[in-house]
Amino acid sequence: MDHLDALEAESIFILRESYKKLGKLGMLWSIGKDSTVLLWLSKKAFFGHSPFPFIHVDTKHKIPAMIEYRDKIAKEFNIDLIVHTNQEAIDSGMGPDHGRLICCKALKTDGLQQVVTNYEFDGLILGIRSDEEGSRSKERIFSERNKDSEWDYTNQAPELWDQFKTDFPKGNHIRVHPILHWNEIDIWTYIQRENIPLIDLYFAKNGERYRSLGCAECTGKIKSNAVTIDQIIEELKHTTTGERAGRAQDQEDSYAMQKLRKDGYM
Amino acid sequence: MENTREVLRIVAVGHVDHGKSTVIGRLLYDTKSLPEGAIDKVKRIAKETGKPFEYAYLLDAFEEEQKQGITIDTTSLQFHTDKRDYVIIDAPGHVEFLKNMITGAASAEAALLIIDAKEGIQEQSKRHGYILSLLGIKQVCVVVNKMDLIDYNQEKFNVIKSQMNAFLKNLNVHPMSYIPISAFLGENLTTKSEKLSWYSGETVLEALDLFSQEEGLEEKSLRFPIQDVYKFDNRRIIAGRIEAGSLNVGDEILISPSNRTTKVKSIEAFVEKDRVDTVSAGMSVGITFEDEFFNKRGEVISHIKNAPIVADLFKTNIFWMGKNNFVKGKKYKIKLVTQEVECEIVAFNKVIDASTLGTYVDALEAKTNDVAEVTIRTKEKICFDKFAENQNTGRFVIVDGYDVCGGGIISGTVESTEVIETSFSKDEVKLPINCFDEYYFDIKALAIKRKLIKGTQYKIGDNVPFLGESYEYTKDFDVIALNASLVAKIRNGKLIDVLAVADYSYQNLVIINEKGFGINLTSEKDLSSYIDDYKEGINEIFANKWLDFIKYRIIEFRDIVEEILEYEI
Repeated sequence: MDHLDALEAESIFILRESYKKLGKLGMLWSIGKDSTVLLWLSKKAFFGHSPFPFIHVDTKHKIPAMIEYRDKIAKEFNIDLIVHTNQEAIDSGMGPDHGRLICCKALKTDGLQQVVTNYEFDGLILGIRSDEEGSRSKERIFSERNKDSEWDYTNQAPELWDQFKTDFPKGNHIRVHPILHWNEIDIWTYIQRENIPLIDLYFAKNGERYRSLGCAECTGKIKSNAVTIDQIIEELKHTTTGERAGRAQDQEDSYAMQKLRKDGYM
Repeated sequence: MENTREVLRIVAVGHVDHGKSTVIGRLLYDTKSLPEGAIDKVKRIAKETGKPFEYAYLLDAFEEEQKQGITIDTTSLQFHTDKRDYVIIDAPGHVEFLKNMITGAASAEAALLIIDAKEGIQEQSKRHGYILSLLGIKQVCVVVNKMDLIDYNQEKFNVIKSQMNAFLKNLNVHPMSYIPISAFLGENLTTKSEKLSWYSGETVLEALDLFSQEEGLEEKSLRFPIQDVYKFDNRRIIAGRIEAGSLNVGDEILISPSNRTTKVKSIEAFVEKDRVDTVSAGMSVGITFEDEFFNKRGEVISHIKNAPIVADLFKTNIFWMGKNNFVKGKKYKIKLVTQEVECEIVAFNKVIDASTLGTYVDALEAKTNDVAEVTIRTKEKICFDKFAENQNTGRFVIVDGYDVCGGGIISGTVESTEVIETSFSKDEVKLPINCFDEYYFDIKALAIKRKLIKGTQYKIGDNVPFLGESYEYTKDFDVIALNASLVAKIRNGKLIDVLAVADYSYQNLVIINEKGFGINLTSEKDLSSYIDDYKEGINEIFANKWLDFIKYRIIEFRDIVEEILEYEI
């Protein structure tokens, strides 16, 4: 087994554990590379079946190509897709001009919270990775959230030997992070190895590409000529900038992500 | 190719403020593993908070961590050398966050144990050393940091080295090297230090490359715990991760504990390229059987020879992280691979203060951060191996309420199927006692020795042995057990009540403690001072003031006294 085999086996073990132990379960799918890898892993874990729904929290500010791609893949993979928007916030004109952190909270965090409440999920599977940013590096694989989706990060339960937190009071839910230990290069190497379909926004056009995908207004491109996965991997091996450097909300405050994530942000 | 590179997970442990995060932060900085902006961000934060620049801030991402200058929760970061990639895990050193340290260390294959040269070996240096031994981490390198604060003094370094070595030796932990460094100044971290020219060994980075990856799980006996059974289509797939050994299509297999045998019909896969006839340790797989039984999560598949142990009683070494103490008689949940079953402690063989290796005998509970040797009984039989033979199937966690509160490793089974300690019980309340044990003077050994009696549970109405070879309590007496906060009343030779100490009032009768020593009480007032004094703990002052060994006992001579130390029949 090489390093990627080991990561894949761990992620599949985690997915199966959440399916067996967590009651009502959903998987967040943001259309980006990480959650698409997660979608692929779940197909592998359950031998081509999808025993739980996929969820897309649509902020209505997404890059239009993402929505088009979302509907295409959902059909191709035959997945049960829940699309939810915090319509009230959209109707009241919410957008990054209200302040980026306020906008993220309303359209993403609150939108997600509405899904959890409406569908009474006990577990949510998310494609976050510990190398993305500081507060994610502090995460557990099974991470508890209270009924308001808040994360008590100063008092996390121990997690060892792949024995996860599967006991929790009704109303709380568990955020499951099956690819927490993967890094950005692992993701790309795996996409290449498994030939996973991916949205073309990641590949360079006119000397620019997206390294991380989000809402149109708050996601910047990087200068790049990488048009193949090999070229992307080569570029990443030599880069000195962070993956989320193009994500404007992260730069709002020294502890922006910690603050967003404490309240339930993914 | 990137994907064929080896990845090793290492953890940095040690006492608070001895510089774990600084060692890692500097290592990342020196190996140019930090994204652009990371150092600038830390510098900006240092400026904003008016504090000096700290490499540690690179890891301590939480605001609370940076403002207080301590690591609260574990972090992992990646860097690489020419040899391989590393995931380095930063574990908190503060005793309050031991559970987070354990969470971080449990996934590591090797460890750096960091000690402050100026402060020397502290409580957590030792406790973390002990935890490493319980986690089965054998590859350890001790790093003596802040050598600049002791002027790079070789003698002081040697003192720390020999003291720590003596401690770790008792735990069967044998460090591969002891390295003097200054992490903040970068001495001996990635490049050899001129200031430490008396040291000829490797730098920290070189030492990391000398660690090797754990191998050999494939060569062990097959252990495939069933994680789930899927019936999404016409296949009935047994899913799970192979914890040890390997499995082939056509193999005859045994399913424990139900003890049924069948053959492997197929190994299933989602995509054609993954289709194989052999799978081995570490893989998450799905198989089908030739015969269809009712299978369930928790059963363990092995080959017919070399099956796992199936038992409901075993000896363990545990570490306790719970807020509530780990107590005898209470029901807990044990999770061992995919098995989950109710369990209880039947005997505390030893409770150990991990920072001193001091032991408490006759303990009735383990407190937060204690380690202990306990005998556990599960409600149903479970499958396992001794930890020394198979780490994955020889370790478990204990769940108390909603949280994992303890972890442990299995040292062996208990031969007898019935282990009973002597106790008085009323409904669910149980008071463990030793007052019917016999004491004799061993002429050859020149020592007083205790002989445990056969374990018996006395219930309300049962006759008790108030007259022994070495004691006589009369037919009416009270047993006050402050360690369990309970009192038992014996009237006319029978147990009539077990009640809380708080509900008990002084009686003018024979009064003994749970070990059968007379208690010097003559009034209700004495009773409350006795209880007050106990709060300080038992020591010689307390014992000599309140207890009288031979008040109701005699010590006879015996040629030989065979001590029995286990509660076994």
